Amino acid sequence: MFTELISSVWPVLWIIIKIMAIIVPLLIGVAYMTYAERKVMGAMQLRHGPMTVGPFGLLQPLADGIKLFSKEMIIPTQANKAVFLLAPMLTFALSLIAWAVIPVEKGMVLANINVGILYLFAVSSMGVYGVLMAGWASNSRYAFLGGLRSAAQMVSYEVSMGLIIVCVLLCVGSLNLTDIVLTERPWWISVLLFPMFIVFLISILAETNRAPFDLPEGESELSGGFLVEYSAMAYALFFLGEYANMILMSAMATILFLGGWLAPIAALAWIPGIIWFGLKTAGVLFFFIWARATLPRFRYDQLMRLGWKIFLPFTLAWVVLIAGCLVYFDALP
Amino acid sequence: MLLDRAKYGFLLEELVQGFWLTLKYFFKEKYTINYPFEKNPISVRFRGEHALRRYPNGEERCIACKLCEAICPAQAITIEAEERADGSRRTTRYDIDMTKCIYCGLCQEACPVDAIVEGPNFEFATETREELFYDKSKLLDNGDRWEAQIAANLAKDAPYR
Repeated sequence: MFTELISSVWPVLWIIIKIMAIIVPLLIGVAYMTYAERKVMGAMQLRHGPMTVGPFGLLQPLADGIKLFSKEMIIPTQANKAVFLLAPMLTFALSLIAWAVIPVEKGMVLANINVGILYLFAVSSMGVYGVLMAGWASNSRYAFLGGLRSAAQMVSYEVSMGLIIVCVLLCVGSLNLTDIVLTERPWWISVLLFPMFIVFLISILAETNRAPFDLPEGESELSGGFLVEYSAMAYALFFLGEYANMILMSAMATILFLGGWLAPIAALAWIPGIIWFGLKTAGVLFFFIWARATLPRFRYDQLMRLGWKIFLPFTLAWVVLIAGCLVYFDALP
Repeated sequence: MLLDRAKYGFLLEELVQGFWLTLKYFFKEKYTINYPFEKNPISVRFRGEHALRRYPNGEERCIACKLCEAICPAQAITIEAEERADGSRRTTRYDIDMTKCIYCGLCQEACPVDAIVEGPNFEFATETREELFYDKSKLLDNGDRWEAQIAANLAKDAPYR
């Protein structure tokens, strides 16, 4: 009887344990991402950043979390309450479920599905709904403008991101993320993919609404954009979602271009793959913060011009170029 | 011409320059200090919280001439004086409204006996407004507390006066 119960419950329990093993480190990563952002931006602006809470301010994310949890949540009377509350949940949930297919090491993945990259792309595209719903349900002009901007921006950049992914897939011949990492690439393919890596980095900045493309938030002109009516826990969920999305996109860049959990040189292969994965992802995340500390915000028409008139033709041409090279050198996978 | 534009567009020269600059700053020494734990040096002429000084024998310096009260542009000082039992003229009341004070330092300039001075202390924030209405005992306490530093500062500044 008891063993039967165990054997029927265990598979579900095992999945829950695996989910927890992904989500808990992820949320800790998100918390410390906010800390890292403040520290790195501070250093680049010759400041200290948080120093007071705990040694070197290391407990600051915890304090911020407690503060956000214990604050009062204000729902505007004009707001559409159900959608207003659903939007942050959606954003947060979507940023978490995408992690199901991310392999942090060979075999260490919740769902090793064969269309992993499509799933990832689909989920990250859904992210725009959270922002749109927030902008719509807030019933505020600023929030509405923020939502509109966000929708247009995310859609524009997804097109070029899709073409970049096509470039990688042409060279790899599989939609499975583990296979993408494990397929060996000749050196000339890596050289050919390098410009795509740069374009991908810029696109993920736009995709996650980060500076210099943080127009949906646009503190200076929209005073917070789609976030303007949110407070306390709902705001925290948006924040968590945004940072989890940043980590997700960094992980995606790591898998597509930086060789995932593989050591960059064979001599360092004794270091576990999960550490390599973390290091590479952290490197891309550093770029996120670095870009925010360096670049001023784009104007909206410049953003659209960059997306549609530069990135789209460029990536399209590159798809043709890579496909041509692969056929010419007979290197199709 | 076209090549130049292509180079400008595709090599992202300016972006690379910008990123390189911020990276250099990342490793630079910081300008700010970790304030409550580290503090900037302050001038000997720093005009901070007021203090009423005493002579080394414990007698208060102030002779109630009211020059500070007269010169105070914010009219923050209120003095009342009476003859003491031993015949000397002393203040019975010496109030400074710190919420009115503009820290111009005219009171310490006016004082003929160096009794009222603005000390080096600038960390005297309070939780209520009432606490900032300093009376004579508070000012004398300040004088006792900061005397060593005030005397050293005055001595250092003396050659330039």
